[in-house]
Amino acid sequence: MPPEPQTSTPQPEAAQHRGENKPRWTERLHGLGPVIGLVLLCIGGTLLNSDFATVDNAMNVLTRTAFIGIIAVGMCFVIISGGIDLSVGSMAALIAGSVIMFINWAGPASGSPLMAVVMGAVLAVVLGALFGLAHGLLITKGRIEPFIVTLGTLGIFRAYLTYFADGGALTLDNDLSDLYAPVYYASLAGIPVPVWVFVVVAIIGGVILNRTAYGRYVQAIGSNEQVARYAAVDVDRVKILTYVLLGVCVGIATLLYVPRLGSASPTTGLLWELEAIAAVIVGGTALKGGAGSITGTVVGAILLSVISNILNLTSIISVYLNAAVQGFVIIIVAFLQRGRR
Amino acid sequence: MTSFTRRIALTAVAAAALASLPAFAAEKVNLGVSIPAATHSFMGGINYWANQAKKDLEKEHKDLKITIKTAANAPEQANQLQDLSTVTKINALVVFPFESAALTKPVAQVKAKGAYVTVVDRGLTDTSAQDAYVAGDNTAFGRIPAEYIAKQLGGKGNVVALRGIATTLDNERMDAFNAVLKNYPDIKLLDAKYANWNRDDAFKVTQDYLTRFKNIDAIWAADDDMAVGVLKAIEQAKRDDIKIIFGGAGAKGMVKTIMDGKDKRIGADVSYSPKFIYDAIKLTAEARLKGEKLPATTIIPSVLITKENAKDFYHPNSPF
Repeated sequence: MPPEPQTSTPQPEAAQHRGENKPRWTERLHGLGPVIGLVLLCIGGTLLNSDFATVDNAMNVLTRTAFIGIIAVGMCFVIISGGIDLSVGSMAALIAGSVIMFINWAGPASGSPLMAVVMGAVLAVVLGALFGLAHGLLITKGRIEPFIVTLGTLGIFRAYLTYFADGGALTLDNDLSDLYAPVYYASLAGIPVPVWVFVVVAIIGGVILNRTAYGRYVQAIGSNEQVARYAAVDVDRVKILTYVLLGVCVGIATLLYVPRLGSASPTTGLLWELEAIAAVIVGGTALKGGAGSITGTVVGAILLSVISNILNLTSIISVYLNAAVQGFVIIIVAFLQRGRR
Repeated sequence: MTSFTRRIALTAVAAAALASLPAFAAEKVNLGVSIPAATHSFMGGINYWANQAKKDLEKEHKDLKITIKTAANAPEQANQLQDLSTVTKINALVVFPFESAALTKPVAQVKAKGAYVTVVDRGLTDTSAQDAYVAGDNTAFGRIPAEYIAKQLGGKGNVVALRGIATTLDNERMDAFNAVLKNYPDIKLLDAKYANWNRDDAFKVTQDYLTRFKNIDAIWAADDDMAVGVLKAIEQAKRDDIKIIFGGAGAKGMVKTIMDGKDKRIGADVSYSPKFIYDAIKLTAEARLKGEKLPATTIIPSVLITKENAKDFYHPNSPF
């Protein structure tokens, strides 16, 4: 919670001032807990199975992290502004389904399969932005709690996907699927495409959060919405934009996801929202908003997938206990980070 | 069953010929069907086949009315059972329970009001709440792939397995699989991890198996959905040591692959078709129309699907 004195001095400069020297320090400190956790995990992983420390395995883990990681970067903005979005998993599933249906239709219809795939990818981002806009408008103009709005859309998005898929799976036609596959499977300079995209999204996210006025407004609204309003910040607009940003991130994650399996089913993206939120929080962002870091979020997302990777690479504990190990590590990392806040 | 259908059709023709005669006073059957909502491919198949049964059977029998309810969870299903009994006034019920224990009482209440109850797939904890039980064969679901893999590998090799979600059903399959492998000491089951009957999880688990084990001869994916993820992970890792990939359930894509011989690693599958809901509805409706009873337990056998019989299991219109 922000210190009280701030409330009595409704000065925009004060907020800006804090905003200016804050990022470097807090980001470092907040980032440290998860980083320590990740380093310890990696050492442990290497000791348990020497294959863990291979480039191939590292790339596998980073590529799988890309979806959740990209979504988590968007989620970071929403959470810092004091909001939440529970619908991202369902949203990703619905976007994936819609894109697949679109490409299957546009491929033969337009006569240019490549064009269909490119337009499908654009559609993913546009749909994400539109869904995000709808969330933002309902939350700010409609004045409904974000928890409720996104809980509602969580059900709505998934139900529509199930309806479109007739309860089964939507699958990309074979030749179109081959054309789209490189987006997930290809590498640039030895690093898979999704990892590049993840890096770029994270850097852009970091710059927006720490180096722009918009980023500071997001943090200001999260630490005290009323004060931000007094400081002439257009709170509604900033908030709507955080949801649009998140929607775009979900769109990007989905356009990378679709070529992996070339299909979407009602189980696609199940529980992604929890993973994304966990990545943000493990990374040192406060669930109540106000402060957070993109670096921490990225590390948090990687940490979560490293845990399950290590569990898959070993069989020292019963498979029934896998979820418990995940829970223990999350709590321990959160504890490490608490000591340094 | 087809001969039976034909007989019904003949009867219908005969009845039409004698249209001037009044229909004999058969008791009307008001059949309720309660199933889980289509939350994944298999349940999508269950929904498809239930609706298919309604369409086919209502057309065939004038005295039959079928009401289908789908529920998202166990409490909702219990409420729907109540509605079916009091509002729709069913006199026969086919129910695919969400959970065994939670739905035993609600089903017992429907039966207490005089309805004839057929339970599908998941047995109730108190079998006196049901008149008949129709289910797939989970033991064969695990035994058949193990036998197939053992035979194809000549009794020697490395196998990894995927598991579904920790349930009794999954345990039965895994136990049956292990029981067969016990007879082949040279076949090593390297590991079996949960992938939640989910394509994405299967992809990740397989990636990690491939990192961890340099030599794998066969993968028991234990589900056709999971096999999709397995195939993609192998393709990405460019591994060619895996000779057999065995799914399960007989999804249409997988059956098509077997039928066309498109992938030499996928030579067989084991059936566990959601079509058993169709059979259960048909058996119940037709037995009740004649005032007969079903045998207490009907197991729809799981059989090996190979190139030779694949076309019998291929239903292109079903979502599964």
